[in-house]
Amino acid sequence: MIPTTTEIIARCQALFDDLNFTYAREWKAARPGRIVVGYMPFYVPRELIHAAGGLPLGVLGGGEQLEVIQGDAYYQSYICRIPRSTIELGVTNRLDFVDVMLFPSICDVIRNLSGMWKIMFPKVRSRYFDVPQNYRDDVGGEFYIHELAELRDLLAEASGQPVGDDALRASIALYNENRALVREVYAFRARQPWQAPSAEVYLLMRAGMIVAVEEHSRMLREYLAAAAAENRPRRDNSRVVVTGAFCEQPPLNLIKSIELSGCYIVDDDFMLVNRWERSDVAEAGDPLANLADAYLHNSGDTSAKYEPDQAKKGLYLVEAVKRTRAEGVIFASPSFCDPALLERPMLQQVLAAHDIPFIAFKYAENSGQMQPIREQAGTFADSIKLWSNP
Amino acid sequence: MTNPNPSPAIKDSSMLKQKAMIAGNYGKLETAAADGRKVAATFVPGNLNELIMCFDMLNNLPEINAIQNGMRKKTGGYIMEAEKRGHSEDVCTYVKADLGMIAKGNIGPDGQKLPDPDLLLLSYTGCFTFMKWFELLRAQYKCETAMLHVPYQGDGKITKTMVSYVVKQLKEEVIPKLERVSGVAFDIDRLRENLARSARAEEDLVWVLESAKARPSPIDAYFGGVYYIGPIFTAFRGTEDAVEYYRLLRAEIGERLARGQGPVTPAGDMPDERYRLVVEGPPNWTSFREFWKMFYDEGAVVVASTYSKVGGLYDLGFRHDPDRPLESLAEYCLGCYTNRNLPARIDLIAQYMEEYQADGLLINSIKSCNSFSAGQLLVLREIERRTGKPAAFIESDLVDPRYFSPANIKNRLESYFQMVDQRRAGSKSAARAA
Repeated sequence: MIPTTTEIIARCQALFDDLNFTYAREWKAARPGRIVVGYMPFYVPRELIHAAGGLPLGVLGGGEQLEVIQGDAYYQSYICRIPRSTIELGVTNRLDFVDVMLFPSICDVIRNLSGMWKIMFPKVRSRYFDVPQNYRDDVGGEFYIHELAELRDLLAEASGQPVGDDALRASIALYNENRALVREVYAFRARQPWQAPSAEVYLLMRAGMIVAVEEHSRMLREYLAAAAAENRPRRDNSRVVVTGAFCEQPPLNLIKSIELSGCYIVDDDFMLVNRWERSDVAEAGDPLANLADAYLHNSGDTSAKYEPDQAKKGLYLVEAVKRTRAEGVIFASPSFCDPALLERPMLQQVLAAHDIPFIAFKYAENSGQMQPIREQAGTFADSIKLWSNP
Repeated sequence: MTNPNPSPAIKDSSMLKQKAMIAGNYGKLETAAADGRKVAATFVPGNLNELIMCFDMLNNLPEINAIQNGMRKKTGGYIMEAEKRGHSEDVCTYVKADLGMIAKGNIGPDGQKLPDPDLLLLSYTGCFTFMKWFELLRAQYKCETAMLHVPYQGDGKITKTMVSYVVKQLKEEVIPKLERVSGVAFDIDRLRENLARSARAEEDLVWVLESAKARPSPIDAYFGGVYYIGPIFTAFRGTEDAVEYYRLLRAEIGERLARGQGPVTPAGDMPDERYRLVVEGPPNWTSFREFWKMFYDEGAVVVASTYSKVGGLYDLGFRHDPDRPLESLAEYCLGCYTNRNLPARIDLIAQYMEEYQADGLLINSIKSCNSFSAGQLLVLREIERRTGKPAAFIESDLVDPRYFSPANIKNRLESYFQMVDQRRAGSKSAARAA
């Protein structure tokens, strides 16, 4: 029996609300030798973790539920909220079962947090995970393969078992399947956004940051079937792409507010890791070389990544607008987020050059007051309907 | 208190030399087009001046322009101009000061128009913002950009893979672009000569910085230090001018040391060294003199600072090496202060506290510089825990005058100095009791 969207999303919501990460704790306890590997946005090669017998656990901050008390003592007022809530999760022992923490190369704050973690949690293996900003196979590719090999060694040490190529190829296949399903859900929402409300899609994707990939792929399949079977009212909403929210996550209410104000979100960058590679990673051959090749030549764009070609700068956003038939873009960025806020004027120039309307606002993961967001997004939706070309 | 009869501020030979060097570089930039000189824009950390010189190119540093404009009180307007054009109030004020200056005609700190760069040489060293800054400049100038990705020392060490990656980029990306833009063929022997000069200057710089281990310290390693690092962090590393500057500086500081003199301040010689501090973080530039005065008025001398290592960390032994030219440039970039992980930064500060016999640590936390600032409150705790010495925290900004609150900073400093006094009194009583 296929579960309903309500049942699927209720499960996702429960996972989302559980800041003790009960699922991951139970997963780890179920079999000796299992490890849990926490990672921060925006990208880590989850296949390697899976192949090491590990559960990749997305650590995306504390959200609006977590009261940050101790974490605030580590950061000045002008630093974004995700590192302070992540520290709060750490010092309140909510992450005490995590064996390895990975800090991807996204910005200086997360970079420095990697060093803080080494000091504050010396028993946890932690690593700053660098990715190349040079996209030549013989330069950045070679460096990245070495980074991947070092990560593989670290994971093997943590799990006590070597990470073989065959296991890694099998994990790549599982993640290929998962990414294909994620893309399918996004495509489904872009076609029929009234059938797949963004808050539901968001929770479904958040679940993928917690549960095992096999289980998440099953949830995605079930959701696709259940959502297609729904008969939901179609509203005269404007279609928008939301961008800038790839690290510190917006409150769920913010996503709901955007839709309630008259916008269908048809694309977003909330969790890039789940569809970072734009198509399948090659499954045959050297798996590390395949992962590197996918990163260099077949991965998404975001402001944490250098764009070597000025002519291509920001076009990914224009393409997203075209692909999803969006009518406008909402820049929703966390306060004090260097990557998003430094990138924003460049992206806005590109959108302006393509006559794509946009608005911008900032948030924090614990923002509570949604009225201004509703008013701004609602006015934007109205202006698209009234003034944009048909 | 300020000395009521300060010695007249006589410019030392090194000061005059540096002033002439800076004016000379701005002069060359102003006439670059007429002189047929190509211009590279680049950053202070990971600055490849020796390499740029191999191609007869001039070096223009946007950070330095922002600093110079900040000291001339011009950045407030530039920053507001950039914000008016859509740049967030939350981001780096160096970037906005630069973009605002460009928007208002690109008039440099000395009042002359700066040339458009022919090449943006992006050395992505220890600061994420650099990458976006150069993308913003590229959109502005539409010129060629060479990107040098310098990996971060996440585990606190430089690996062979990191060096090899940087060297490959130098060979495959950076040097070919420099050749193409300049029309000059790369000559590695020329680079070796430049690097040999760098090493000589670095030797003297380290001697000067380490002179602060003496009591009294003949230098202020933060407020004075920013002048001392000027040539080597900017367009002069690898030049005869820099060698000569540091030779003069070393001789002058040597004399001060021999005479038992304290540092030179804007109010003249500092008569009495009452507090020896280590400072972490960049200074505020818009109120630099006022900020400095808060220290020397109280007899506080900065004996070591981390900011003076942001464009190269030489006092742990690194020198540019003409025998390993490209590897040496790679190791230089990888070793800059903000490219070191937080535990390594803390180790360095703790080492300074010990070696320079500091009374405490002061952190000047900069609002718009996450590379430095994120994690500084943990730095403070760790240093207090390890050394048992008091640490204090003040906040300001690089070049945004809106974030310099003199009354607050002065109050905090005064309280901090009282805390140091109390700690000393406590130590003395404990020693007597024992």
